[in-house]
Amino acid sequence: MGWVEENMKPTHIRQILSQAISLGMVISSALIIWKGLICITGSESPVVVVLSGSMEPGFKRGDILFLYMNKDPIRAGQIVVFNDGRDVPIVHRVIEVHEQRDSKEADILTKGDANLDDDRMLYTSSNRWLQQKYIMGRAVGFLPYVGWLTIIMTDKPIIKCFRFILLPYILLGALGLLVITSKE
Amino acid sequence: MNINWFQKQPKGSDEVSLTMNISADLQSLFTWNTKQVFIFVAAEYETRKNSLNQVSLWDAIIPAKERAKFWIRSSNKYRFVDHGKNLRGKEFNLTLHWHVMPKTGKMFADKIVMSGYSLPEEYI
Repeated sequence: MGWVEENMKPTHIRQILSQAISLGMVISSALIIWKGLICITGSESPVVVVLSGSMEPGFKRGDILFLYMNKDPIRAGQIVVFNDGRDVPIVHRVIEVHEQRDSKEADILTKGDANLDDDRMLYTSSNRWLQQKYIMGRAVGFLPYVGWLTIIMTDKPIIKCFRFILLPYILLGALGLLVITSKE
Repeated sequence: MNINWFQKQPKGSDEVSLTMNISADLQSLFTWNTKQVFIFVAAEYETRKNSLNQVSLWDAIIPAKERAKFWIRSSNKYRFVDHGKNLRGKEFNLTLHWHVMPKTGKMFADKIVMSGYSLPEEYI
């Protein structure tokens, strides 16, 4: 039955190629959506995970925040994400704004809803005020719980290692599914 | 919704201490998707150097519709300190902001502005 097997080979290669292309398209689409989000929302991190409880009960650890940034001035009451050179950005509410008449630069003070004190002690280089340039975005929307996956992966190093082992199996599983469900 | 005030005690940079009566009915903000409403009162004023100063004086979280109609009398929770000594005789607005935080989805906020307040010409 040698000649049957010879005829199977080119079809097999075509199948693998088309599935590789499908996978590539899925990954490219995800990248396009992510970059598009960055562009549309004007923020380098359009989606962030809440890591601490300082904005409870409004935001809890593991919630996801959608950010948007534009040139509108920062005003009291807005919930902003800022990073003035720290490891992890902070999501807190603006409680004071002092905007200068000529330069339009503003001194800003923030505070977590659940904290007793404002953030002055947290600002880097003993700054007394936060500058607008450190603000990465304003929180405009919110999804509960979904961010826990990211927290688990960063908090527990073992799971972090496993994700490298698991990922190829997941990919193979997906490819396998494609093989089973493909028309050819 | 109304707010009144009483005292003023500055030292160093100008600082004001005031007492407010706040009555509000925010029940209409609550829907099935509302987790809480964050409200705060801020003073807004201009100075020679700054076109806008906003200082939050008091805030609260309303966790449910039943608590959304209230009357409270309180002195300012947060210190009202100026970036200088500009507060004598200063006119300012008091704004009440509300920030509706949903169980899921888009947050929205709004405010009302009450103008016409002013501080005494001399320190008390």
